[in-house]
Amino acid sequence: MLPLAETARNASAHPYLPQPARIVRIYKMVPDNYLFTLRFVDPELAASFRHLPGQFVMISVPAAGEIPISIASSPSRTGVLELCVRRVGRVTGALYRLQINDLVGLRGPYGNGFPIQDMRGNDLLIVAGGLGMAPLRSLLWYALDHRDWFARIILMCGARTPRDMLFGEEMASLVDRTDITCLLTVDADPSGTWPFHKGLLPALFDHVTLDPPRTYAAVCGPPVVYRFILRRLLDLGFSKDRILMSLERRMKCGVGKCGHCLIGYKYVCVDGPIFTYWDAINLPEMI
Amino acid sequence: MKMLKLPKSKLDFFAAVTQQFGEVHAPVQVQGGFVFRRLHRWSEARLDYQRTLLPPKKYFLPPQETLLRYRSTAGYEPCSEDLDRRIVLFGLHPCDIYALNLLDRVFGPPFADPYYTSRRRNIAIIGMDCMPDERCFCSSMRSDFVDRGFDLFLSDIGDDYFTLVGSARGDDMVLASGPLFSPVSPADVDQYKRRSAAKRRAFRLDVEIRDLPEIFEMEYESGIWEELGRRCLACGSCSMVCPTCYCFDVRDQVELGSRDGVRVRRWDSCLFLAHARVAGGENFRRSRAARIKMRYYHKQRGFVAQYGRPSCVGCGRCLTACPAGIAVTEVIAQLRETRHAASC
Repeated sequence: MLPLAETARNASAHPYLPQPARIVRIYKMVPDNYLFTLRFVDPELAASFRHLPGQFVMISVPAAGEIPISIASSPSRTGVLELCVRRVGRVTGALYRLQINDLVGLRGPYGNGFPIQDMRGNDLLIVAGGLGMAPLRSLLWYALDHRDWFARIILMCGARTPRDMLFGEEMASLVDRTDITCLLTVDADPSGTWPFHKGLLPALFDHVTLDPPRTYAAVCGPPVVYRFILRRLLDLGFSKDRILMSLERRMKCGVGKCGHCLIGYKYVCVDGPIFTYWDAINLPEMI
Repeated sequence: MKMLKLPKSKLDFFAAVTQQFGEVHAPVQVQGGFVFRRLHRWSEARLDYQRTLLPPKKYFLPPQETLLRYRSTAGYEPCSEDLDRRIVLFGLHPCDIYALNLLDRVFGPPFADPYYTSRRRNIAIIGMDCMPDERCFCSSMRSDFVDRGFDLFLSDIGDDYFTLVGSARGDDMVLASGPLFSPVSPADVDQYKRRSAAKRRAFRLDVEIRDLPEIFEMEYESGIWEELGRRCLACGSCSMVCPTCYCFDVRDQVELGSRDGVRVRRWDSCLFLAHARVAGGENFRRSRAARIKMRYYHKQRGFVAQYGRPSCVGCGRCLTACPAGIAVTEVIAQLRETRHAASC
C-alpha cells in the first residue's frame, strides 16, 4: 500500500521551497474551471512524487503568489499531477494567463488525505455536487485502480446543466462500466440532449440501495449540497464518522504554521482537509 | 542542572566576554518604553526593565522577512540572509523564554521552519529573573520559571547572580569568563529559594487557568463575545505584542519592470478582517466578535488541546497595548462569573 514513507520523502528539507513544474496540458473543462496537468522539471521528483487521495499541493504562480489546490489526479496515475483550478482571484487569474510549457512552483503533498486503510473492504459512495468533483476525483480513480480494495463503488454526480458538469465526458464514460454504479444528474437540460438523470442530486438516492453500516461516503459540493446530502445520509443511517468531507480554508504555509486555516484547534492543512462529519459539527465555523 | 554564581559587580565584565559569542543585544530605554536592540555600550542596557514593547520573538520571527527569491531564469531560491547572524540576547525574562519554548513546538517538526530554527540555534539567550508588576500574571500561567530554552539564566540573590547553566554554549560562556563564576554554597541556594518565594508573593494578578478549556467550551455562545466585538478595534496590537502569536501572511512582491521578485512573510493577526477570507470572498470570521473569540479560544483553549497548555504566558503586554482597554485577565474573570451566575 501506499507509501507514507514515500509521501514524507516528498516533503523537502525546506518546507516553503517550491519545486519547478511545467504545465504540460491545459484542458478547459467549463468556463473558469480549467484542468492543469503539471510535471516536475526534475525527472527524479516527477517519477518519485506520491500522494494520497484527498491531499493538496501549494502551487506558486510566478509574480503572483501561492495558493493551496487539491490534487485531482489519482496517486495510481504517476508522472504528472492534475489540478482543477477555478478562476476566482489574483493567483488563479495569473495561472490562467500561463500557457503550455510555462513553469510554476509546487510543494507538497500536504494534508491527511482520505483514510484509505479504514475505508478498505467497505462500499464507497462518492457524492459530488457542482465543483465538488475536484477533490473527489483522486479518490474515484484511486478506488477504480485498486478495485479489489472496495466492495461496491457508487458515484453520484450533479451539476446545474450538462455544460457545468466537471469532467462530464469522463463521468459519462463510467456509466456503462459494471464495476461502478455511476449516477449522473443535471438540474436542467436546456439543449434536451442529456441522456442521464434529471433532477436534484438528492433524488439519485432513490436509484440505489445503500448499506450504511458497511459504506464510507465522501461528499463535496456547495453548502446547499452539504445541507441536503448530509441530511439524507443521516436519515439512511450513516454514522457521522463514515461521512467524509473535504474543506477549504485560506492557507499561507500548508504545514501547520501560519495560522490561517485554524478552526478551533484543528489546522485544515495538517489535520484535514478531509474531515469526518463528526469532526465538522464539533468544530465551530467548520463548514 | 549546573549552578554557579556571578558577582553582580562583575556583570559588565561578563557582558564583555559574551561578545565573542555574538553581537550583544539587551533591553534599552527609548521614548515610550523599552526595546530589545543592539548595544553600543554596555551602560545602555536597562536590565531593570519590566517588559519590552515587542517581545523577543522579533529576533526569531521578524515582523517582515524574505523567505524566497524568484528569478524567471532560476526559479525559487531560499533566502538565507542574516540567518547565521550570531547574537547574544541579554536579559530575557522567564515568560519570554517560556514563550520561545512554545514557539519551538509550533515551528519545530514536522515541517520544521528553517528560518526560525536557524535563528534559534544562532541566538544565545541569557535570561534574567524579575519581580512582577501589577500587569504580570506569569505565575498564573505557570511560566514564571523556565528550566530550558536558555544558555544561562541569572537570578538576583543580593550580591551575586545565581546562575543556571542551560546549554553547552552557556557552559562555554562560563569557561570563557575565567574566574568570574564560582560554585554556589548552601547559603546561596537558600537565598535563591527565599528570592523565589518572595517573587511568588509579589504577584497582584491571579488568573485561575485549571478549568479554562471547560469554561471556553461552555461560554462559546456567551454574549460576552458580542460585547467585546463592539469594543475591539481589530487593530491587532495584542497579536503584535504577544510573545506567542505566530500567525503570518505571505505575499509575493514583484520588482518593477521585471517578472522577478521575492516572497515575503510578515506578522498577521486573526483580528484582521482578511485572516479567514477564502477564494471567492467567503469569510468565516467576518464579525469582530467572531475574530476576538477566535483569538481567545485559540490561546486559552485550542492551544491546550494541541500542545497541552494555554499559549498565553502572562507577560501583560496585551493589557498594556490594547487601545480599547480589553484585558485578558478581566475577560477570563467575566467568563468565569457568567458561569458561576448560571450555577446559582
